[in-house]
Amino acid sequence: MPDATTPILAVEDLAVHFPMGGGLFGGARRTLKAVDGVDLVLEPGECLGLVGESGCGKSTLALSILGLQAPTRGRILLDGQDVAASHDRRARARIVQMVFQDPYSSLNPRQTVRRTLEEPLRLHGTTDKAEIESRVAAILARVGLRPDQAERYPHEFSGGQRQRIGIARALVLEPRVVVLDEPVSALDVSIRAQIINLLLDLKDQLGLAYVMISHDLGVVEHMSDRVAVMYLGRIVETGTWRDIFAAPGHPYTKALIAAIPDPFRDGVHARITGEVPNPLDPPTGCAFHPRCPDALPLCREPPAIAFEPLGTGHAARCRRVHELAA
Amino acid sequence: MRFRVNLIVGGTLFVAVVAAGLLAPWLAHTDPVLDANLMNAEEPPGAAFWLGTDGQGRDIYSRVLYGARISLTVGIVSQLINTVIGTALGLSAGYFGGWWDDLVSGLTNLMLAIPSLVFALAIMAILSPGLTSLLIALGLTNWSFTCRLARASALSLRSQGYVQAAKVLGYSDLRIMATQMLPNMLGPIIVIGTLGMGGAVLAEAALSFLGLGIRPPQPSWGSMLSDARDQITTAPWVSIFPGLAIFVTVLGLNLLGDGLRDILDPQSRSRRA
Amino acid sequence: MSGPALQVEDLRIDLAIGERRFAAVEGVSFTIEKGETYGLVGESGCGKSITALSLIGLLRPPLSASAGRILLGGTDLRTLPARAVRALRGKRVAMIFQEPMTALNPLKPVGRQIAEMFVLHEGASWPEAERRAVEALRSVRVPAPERRARDYPHQLSGGMRQRVMIAIALACGPDLLLADEPTTALDVTVQAEILELIRDLCAERGTAVLMISHDLGLIASMCRRVGVMYAGRLVEERDSRAVFRRPSHPYTAGLVASLPLLGARLAGGRNRLREITGVVPPVTAFPDGCRFNPRCPSATEICRDVDPPPETLPPDGLVRCHHHA
Repeated sequence: MPDATTPILAVEDLAVHFPMGGGLFGGARRTLKAVDGVDLVLEPGECLGLVGESGCGKSTLALSILGLQAPTRGRILLDGQDVAASHDRRARARIVQMVFQDPYSSLNPRQTVRRTLEEPLRLHGTTDKAEIESRVAAILARVGLRPDQAERYPHEFSGGQRQRIGIARALVLEPRVVVLDEPVSALDVSIRAQIINLLLDLKDQLGLAYVMISHDLGVVEHMSDRVAVMYLGRIVETGTWRDIFAAPGHPYTKALIAAIPDPFRDGVHARITGEVPNPLDPPTGCAFHPRCPDALPLCREPPAIAFEPLGTGHAARCRRVHELAA
Repeated sequence: MRFRVNLIVGGTLFVAVVAAGLLAPWLAHTDPVLDANLMNAEEPPGAAFWLGTDGQGRDIYSRVLYGARISLTVGIVSQLINTVIGTALGLSAGYFGGWWDDLVSGLTNLMLAIPSLVFALAIMAILSPGLTSLLIALGLTNWSFTCRLARASALSLRSQGYVQAAKVLGYSDLRIMATQMLPNMLGPIIVIGTLGMGGAVLAEAALSFLGLGIRPPQPSWGSMLSDARDQITTAPWVSIFPGLAIFVTVLGLNLLGDGLRDILDPQSRSRRA
Repeated sequence: MSGPALQVEDLRIDLAIGERRFAAVEGVSFTIEKGETYGLVGESGCGKSITALSLIGLLRPPLSASAGRILLGGTDLRTLPARAVRALRGKRVAMIFQEPMTALNPLKPVGRQIAEMFVLHEGASWPEAERRAVEALRSVRVPAPERRARDYPHQLSGGMRQRVMIAIALACGPDLLLADEPTTALDVTVQAEILELIRDLCAERGTAVLMISHDLGLIASMCRRVGVMYAGRLVEERDSRAVFRRPSHPYTAGLVASLPLLGARLAGGRNRLREITGVVPPVTAFPDGCRFNPRCPSATEICRDVDPPPETLPPDGLVRCHHHA
């Protein structure tokens, strides 16, 4: 079904490099390639799960999409517009918003809920008092808060309620893409289901598209339509949630899934050992080869590994993927 | 409950000094400048002249009251200038970072390296003595502590979720600094400002004492002390009372600053929340 | 010495606020056999971490262990003088924390920090202790232990630091290891390795482990027995398989049904997660009767008035609920 819809978000060959070292006392200047050639497409109403270990570049990628981190190379198209080039924060704000991990530090302690929700509306040209009032009431109702709670300050709310306020703030401008950065990992376990259900309801009701960063693969499986697995600044496997969880292709994806403790089976089973290599000095060829249980000498050979197609919309950067699947 | 004592004693002293200055025309017995009468020179404190008279026969009680106006004006206005400069520089340096931060930090370190009183002395030497010059000299030389504080707060606030959220919502940098960051760093800045006010009152007294501040016959506590230098053994009251006024004001401001620190301290606030 | 490694009986921990005392933990009893890993699971504020701290004598005012017995191989740690408890710490009871960076001394090489344990608790000479420290690093599967022993904590990755913490904790062969969210700060692949390491080493050496986590799945896969805590009480305590398969207490059942478990959507499609309404009550406002009653879907009159006593769950479990499954 190509060309059926314009993607609401398209990331093309995005790279974010940070210069490291050097400076006053010399020393070699090196480049940290936090994101190095990422392509992504997000259709309207779709949830893309972004997974990978810390330092894989998923947060940097999210910050670039939000305009908080300038890319070194590549383009970010929001609703067909190249926003990486423009500096109009407000135009971007009406398309893409964010929900933060920590519901405590993500709300201004000195602003009431009402002020937190009204200010963005005014800033974006809504001046009619009655309209502002009704939109604030509507968004509060959507996230499951009462209108009278608008006059309160953040510290008067529980963690789950604060996260609802954070979601309301992200939705008040009626964006089409919301970046969810670990949206439930800072919440009490008994509260998580409420927020996950709310996010899925809002996605259906409002046709929102999500880019969700999460280390909890259970949450990713439950919420995502498609999944992208990142390792050392690159996407190493992408596919539908079913592709990734039922038939993972890349050994790294398999290892991530195997590492999740299974409450119905005894013990955890580390499929890989060691840790993510120094991103300043990434391994040649496949960056995963030093930890990969299936690595062969050919995996070390440059250049970087290209995607091998595994099915419609399912691909992995692994030279042995077909052989391993057999 | 120590902090309440600080706050109450400091606040009372400060309010009393402000009231004395504001109500001086009604409280004073004589005009502080014009009513000189050499016949009454160096009268000790008594029923007619509560705090005695100075070498020119002026009522010290009245002059100390009027002196409060000058000292407080200098203290409040110059410290306000310092606070505005320091906050604006520090907040923007911490928020933007980069070359602007390097420049502001360099300037701050330079200011910290030169004693501010010496700096103010140099400025006063160039400008002619007087109230406006004093405000400029003291207002431009003591912002470095505020600046450092504001910069450090801005650095930690910059990574807070709500500041990031404001950016994502399309707020301009100026609006983010004004509505998201400034209100959350104001507490410690007010504390430093209050303590700095005490310092400014002292600095005014020192400059006036050296003849570089308020010029006689205007009654400033510093210039009164300066005038009383020669009579310190013969008529000690001429120097004691302006000195006491300075002491009470500075003590009040320091206690008030300490008390405010205890309430506005972000840690004690979060403990209550 | 025979018998269990640790027996906690009817433990109560008080939180003093002004003149008032609140029971932050109450009526908690459990037993850990030698070499066994016991899981304590619960949300923030349920009392699981302070329970662990009480076992090692690290509670500080306003918290205090005010009643019950903490029997470590027959000695009651609760009534033991502070000096004597301090002597046991590190030698017979050891602890590893969530963030190893804050628990390690940043100014000393990690090898020396391990060696200190041998010098301090076993009177070893420094050269002897340093040699044994390298062995300890090797036993926690640190590659090139001779070289790593000379590294400072900041030179190591999070996973390596946690291995060092484990080496320090197990240096003197303690009877009991307390592991408070030992892998929360780590990536999942590293978490799996660290958990395997803790379990293998302790089973091998007969060290009892009290593992604390908010992650029910992790606890169930790592531990033979699980205690579920809610609002200062142990509400369900039994074999870990059973907790997931046939949860008995409505809180446990709610938690299990509210988790998006890996593989659930593949197996049965996307079902709406069951929500637990309300929030965890603060220590100062634990409700009367059953502490879960305001959030419980099956609460009745009796739940609001009467605190449910512990009931036996065959074969050897325990549950505190008037209407348990």
